[in-house]
Amino acid sequence: MDVAFWVLAVVAAAAGVAVFVVDSMARATFALLASLLAVGGIFLLLDLHYLGVLIVLMMVMEMLVMAVFMIMYMMNPAGLMPMTMVHNHRGAIVIAGAVFVLLAAGALLTPWPHRRGAPPADPTHALGLSIMGPKMLVMMVIGVAILATMIATVVLATHRGRYDADRGHGS
Amino acid sequence: MTLQALLVLAAALFAVGLYGALSQQSIVMLMMGLELMINGLIVAGGAFWYFLSPQTPDGQVLVLVAVTVMALEMAMGFAVVTALFRARDVDMTDDASDLQG
Repeated sequence: MDVAFWVLAVVAAAAGVAVFVVDSMARATFALLASLLAVGGIFLLLDLHYLGVLIVLMMVMEMLVMAVFMIMYMMNPAGLMPMTMVHNHRGAIVIAGAVFVLLAAGALLTPWPHRRGAPPADPTHALGLSIMGPKMLVMMVIGVAILATMIATVVLATHRGRYDADRGHGS
Repeated sequence: MTLQALLVLAAALFAVGLYGALSQQSIVMLMMGLELMINGLIVAGGAFWYFLSPQTPDGQVLVLVAVTVMALEMAMGFAVVTALFRARDVDMTDDASDLQG
């Protein structure tokens, strides 16, 4: 189990780095997919079968949709030339490095409390009872947020959206 | 597999995503950075649930919210990029500074 975890952890982190290193947007999408799938695998190791499978299925679909958009906006489709489009490269690396050191130090130095209780026999059952019971507000907010997103994306994608090209021409 | 190891992985994913969100000029690549940051948050949420309080499903609920946010972020991001691209033929962050004071 430990070997599986370390393999998945290294894959997740390395694929995350690869997203910003590879020379084509399509490759970056699949690197991100690899990172997300490794995290889904880690969830399966944590006995969170429902959430692990949910992450895997959802992210495969999400990255496939992303790949379609990538092809539409694609720069350098075949990766035939270097593709670096960054601003403030050094500053971003310094900030990201400092944040990593800070977070890792916090994770390693904090005296974490001991585990309270044992995982339930069926974590999915516990999650289902929770979101349909005491945490139903979370489920309701998620539902409304998804509906609002659907409406907002359609509104934004129409010709009368935020960046209307005809605005100011009397239309 | 320990809580610390998982949290360090979460920190690494978050930091890599932060680098992307800060440095990338293409809005689509910037969104990939944000996705990686949320990916790190998901790992941390699962780790806290498993190693600190597995009896209550709070960590699982947090992960559920984060996964949903990830999907919504991508949908909204692509809608904005599409609208911007259609109007101006650009998909770079530097060309979309309309709200700059």
